Amino acid sequence: MAETRLQNFTMNFGPQHPAAHGVLRLVLEMDGEVIRRADPHIGLLHRGTEKLIEYKTYLQAIPYFDRLDYVAPMNQEHAFALAVERLLGIEAPLRGQYIRVLFSEISRLLNHILSITTMALDIGAMTPLLWGFEEREKMMEFYERVSGARMHAAYFRPGGVHQDLPDGLADDIMAFADAFPAYIDDTEGLLTENRIFKQRTVDIGAMTAEEAFDWGFTGPNLRACDVAWDLRKAQPYDVYDRLDFDIPVGKNGDCYARYLVRIEEMRQCVPIMKQCLNDMPGGPVMVDDHKIAPPRRAEMKRSMEALIHHFKLYTEGYHVPAGECYTAVEAPKGEFGVYLVSDGTNRPYRCKIRAPSFAFLQGLDHLSKGHMLADIVAIIGSLDIVFGEVDR
Amino acid sequence: MNEALEELGEYVLGALPEMVSGAEVAQGELTIAVNWDAIVTVLTFLRDDTNCQFRQLIDICGVDYPGRERRFEVVYHLLSLRQNQRIRVKLSTDETTPVPSATGVFSAAGWWEREAWDLYGILFSGHPDLRRILTDYGFEGHPLRKDFPLTGYVEVRYDDEQKRVVYEPVKLTQEFRSFDFLSPWEGMPRVLPGDEKAEG
Repeated sequence: MAETRLQNFTMNFGPQHPAAHGVLRLVLEMDGEVIRRADPHIGLLHRGTEKLIEYKTYLQAIPYFDRLDYVAPMNQEHAFALAVERLLGIEAPLRGQYIRVLFSEISRLLNHILSITTMALDIGAMTPLLWGFEEREKMMEFYERVSGARMHAAYFRPGGVHQDLPDGLADDIMAFADAFPAYIDDTEGLLTENRIFKQRTVDIGAMTAEEAFDWGFTGPNLRACDVAWDLRKAQPYDVYDRLDFDIPVGKNGDCYARYLVRIEEMRQCVPIMKQCLNDMPGGPVMVDDHKIAPPRRAEMKRSMEALIHHFKLYTEGYHVPAGECYTAVEAPKGEFGVYLVSDGTNRPYRCKIRAPSFAFLQGLDHLSKGHMLADIVAIIGSLDIVFGEVDR
Repeated sequence: MNEALEELGEYVLGALPEMVSGAEVAQGELTIAVNWDAIVTVLTFLRDDTNCQFRQLIDICGVDYPGRERRFEVVYHLLSLRQNQRIRVKLSTDETTPVPSATGVFSAAGWWEREAWDLYGILFSGHPDLRRILTDYGFEGHPLRKDFPLTGYVEVRYDDEQKRVVYEPVKLTQEFRSFDFLSPWEGMPRVLPGDEKAEG
């Protein structure tokens, strides 16, 4: 009998593919319908953020962080603000810290809604997306009211937040938090016991805790492997140590477990937001040092000194003492870290951004090996990848 | 917190005396400096030793100091879930000396080393797949080096005649402006001259 030679063939997935969640070009080596190797080509959205930050003052660097993970912008700002604060040796006032935590949790909801619903869309359920984006719109309205921008807020600054909450916003967020669990129930009703959804996600892309450590996984993707690790608990920053909340963990580390962990995290966000709103003291939201924080506009009308401070802050900026630090926050996707090297001038010498999605995408090859082509869509969706922060 | 980190630094220094050249705690973070050729041994020790258990590689990045004899620093960040601690491992290298790859110790090192190669031109020996990762196909140079201009060398546009994207040298309509804020004028001293008389 003649010897038949089977040859694997390669297939391009993306860079223009709705299920790639951005500009991912995936070169797949296929053996029929089975994936033998997945080679993600990234960098199509590379904007040189780290290089640009080296040429900007510390304050001017903040808007770049909104544009990394544009699904949950404020968490990125948080990491940078904490890094600069550590080098400057300052701490935000208590009210500022509470507002930051409140908006970090709103960002977490923004992220998880998008992550879950687009994953559901990719594997065939359209309704969750339509419902979810309505909720997202409400939260973006909170963003807009507090900072003036729906997405790219530039609201968290080194030393606190830019402005206090406007009148009535706290009540509206409280009303939203009261109503939000009903939305989670609705979404769960559509997905959690859905037969098609479970067939597409259970036991797909499963990994053990050991593998998750090895591949540098953090956040919900690590917790889905039954590892109770959350920086908000383990290495609390701002006022997380004063708040009472639980860390959900998954059992199997598959796509379904990652989905369940995110759903439960959304439920945990609600009490955190309520606690923040209830416990928030009065007082300033920004440090009272005009070498770092700009003076109020009313003050500038009367005080020459305030005017000079304003001018110096928005041209030269402030000088940060030489040194280096690494600060990490529990961003919705995982550990988002900033490694900041200062040489004592008004610009960062080096600002390395540690993006959680970068590690997830690297693990994609490992996760998708031996799965079918259709499963890679579920895996990408459940890993929760955003290209703004992968490519930087 | 700092005492525990100092203890840990001394422990690592004592366990691997020839390979680790220094340990210091600053800003509440522990940094150890290692010799470039010992990095794999040090990382393996940090991962497997029961007192360390730094099981997670968080990040690898390069830093460029053009003034130094060995201009690049490679910085590894590790996290121990068991000890709830972080450690930073540093080594220095130059354009031609390859650093042993950490991919055998942590699988996650692969892409971060590719990134360091792409952006800084730091070589890693024993890396299974040292391609560029973030920059364009066919890109030349290493953009995060301090001597690489912010504006780059080439720009792309779609050429309607050739029906494809073409590369051209960068043409700036306005000269790139970089303001020097580090003028010798340091502002006023906190105490005005003459103020001391008021107290005396």
